[in-house]
Amino acid sequence: MGSSSHFDVAIIGAGMSGLAAGIRLAHFGKKVCILERHSVWGGLNSFYKKGGHHFDTGLHAMTNWLEPGYRGPRVPLQRIYRQLRLSPELFQLEKQGHSQVIFGDVRLRFENGLERLASEIAREFPAEVDGFLRLAGDLEGYPEANQDVPFESTRDRLEGYIKEPLLREMLLAPLLWYGSAHEDDVDFEQFQILFNSIYREGFCRPREGVKTIIFALVRRYAETGGELRRNTGVSRLLVRDGVVTAIELDDGAVVTASQVLSSAGLVETMRLRSDQPKDAVREHEGQLAFTEAIHVLKRPMRELGFDAAITFYNRGPRFTWRSPEDRLVDLDSSVICVPDNFAHESPLAEHRLRVTHLAHNQRWFSLGAEEYEAEKARMVGASMSVTAGVAGDFRPHVTYTDAFTPRTVTKYTGHINGAIYGSPHKQKTGRTDLGNLFVIGTDQGMLGIVGAMLSGVAVANTVGSG
Amino acid sequence: MTEQEVKDIVIAIINDIAPDEDTSNLDGAVRLREQLDLDSMDFLDIVMELRKRYKVEVPEDEYMQLATLDGCVSYLKPKLEAAAA
Repeated sequence: MGSSSHFDVAIIGAGMSGLAAGIRLAHFGKKVCILERHSVWGGLNSFYKKGGHHFDTGLHAMTNWLEPGYRGPRVPLQRIYRQLRLSPELFQLEKQGHSQVIFGDVRLRFENGLERLASEIAREFPAEVDGFLRLAGDLEGYPEANQDVPFESTRDRLEGYIKEPLLREMLLAPLLWYGSAHEDDVDFEQFQILFNSIYREGFCRPREGVKTIIFALVRRYAETGGELRRNTGVSRLLVRDGVVTAIELDDGAVVTASQVLSSAGLVETMRLRSDQPKDAVREHEGQLAFTEAIHVLKRPMRELGFDAAITFYNRGPRFTWRSPEDRLVDLDSSVICVPDNFAHESPLAEHRLRVTHLAHNQRWFSLGAEEYEAEKARMVGASMSVTAGVAGDFRPHVTYTDAFTPRTVTKYTGHINGAIYGSPHKQKTGRTDLGNLFVIGTDQGMLGIVGAMLSGVAVANTVGSG
Repeated sequence: MTEQEVKDIVIAIINDIAPDEDTSNLDGAVRLREQLDLDSMDFLDIVMELRKRYKVEVPEDEYMQLATLDGCVSYLKPKLEAAAA
């Protein structure tokens, strides 16, 4: 203890990637310390209590469902269990029944595995099913992790498989929603990962929410002997001669470490450095931001006849995946998540409905305090009426509603612009221009809970075996 | 150190790194990868644990000595005894 402690590795952030990296590095016998500014673990995927209700900050679904007894080529969730030495039951995952993509009056349902989606495509777009199956065949397997390959447009590549623009949009929408920090497109290699994670392996959800995952990781990290300091923000990384020499904390104390892994985000990490200006790498800032309304309901949505786990809704045929230009929030598209529709064994204690929309980050940041509250309430109301049209009128059953905006995200996670998916400029090897500074989490490449954990594991393997 | 003790050490490590595998009926002469779902990363973890727990070093070009449980015993027994001495 005291103001000067030295570690083999210091990790900024006790989110999914930081915790996974910490566990893995401890396996290598490293002396590790995780520094978390917040009082709670989880980072972008955390939890809180409000109005007597427990909420998850972000979790809709987890990807990469692993069928019990699966044997075959290693898939992501297996790698996580193995490398973190976690027993699969700890996550208490339940798989979805089905999800759906709705564009205007065209609907495609999908389950885990590609059969249902292929048969829905055969019904709605009979001429395209061969192209879809060829695409699915070509996308089998995962690209090698940690490789720096240049961005390749998925929209361009998809034209080689699918002629009907509406189907291309409908297949893209869920993958952009759950995995692209890039406006209007996604890197083709990332698309391959997302396609397998979301369509081939599919959605699942920890029964009691994200807390289950976080607690499993925190407990495992404690077992390995790693140190974790909460309420301990990093204010500056002191850089000299091409390395981080010291880590300055919010309270002025200093920690030193031979290696530093940062999950703060690529741009955010650059701006912590003593050798960089406060507005470094502006061009790499993420722009995609969201609002979300989380409703607590008296009755499960299933009783209103709505049984999809996740619904990707778009009003018209063309999907816009970018920050809305002239509005605070884009109500033309949304993701509607119903946790009850993952729980088939027994009903959940509380019924929820989560609805997400694309938002303009700077418009939300520039509102005054009163205006902000009013606009937030207006957003919730408008979102509710759009959603009622898609999912059935749930409004009479709402007992409590909470909401977040890009401002909430920045306040609690430090991610600039409220950009949950971080910078479009991914650092796939995790390396930076400093020899002992690495980027993990969202800005290392893969998104989502599984992606974040894999990121921590991959970078820890590089750092730990070196 | 008996052969059974060396076997127990290896099985304890496998149980830790692959808690979902059944190690109760392993055939010592058959390759571990044919009996358990282990990949090359898992073998790295076995080597990592041998180093951490018993200060035994296994150079990369000798990993194949660990392919079977019997192989582990004959390769690791002298090393574990030397490290314990």
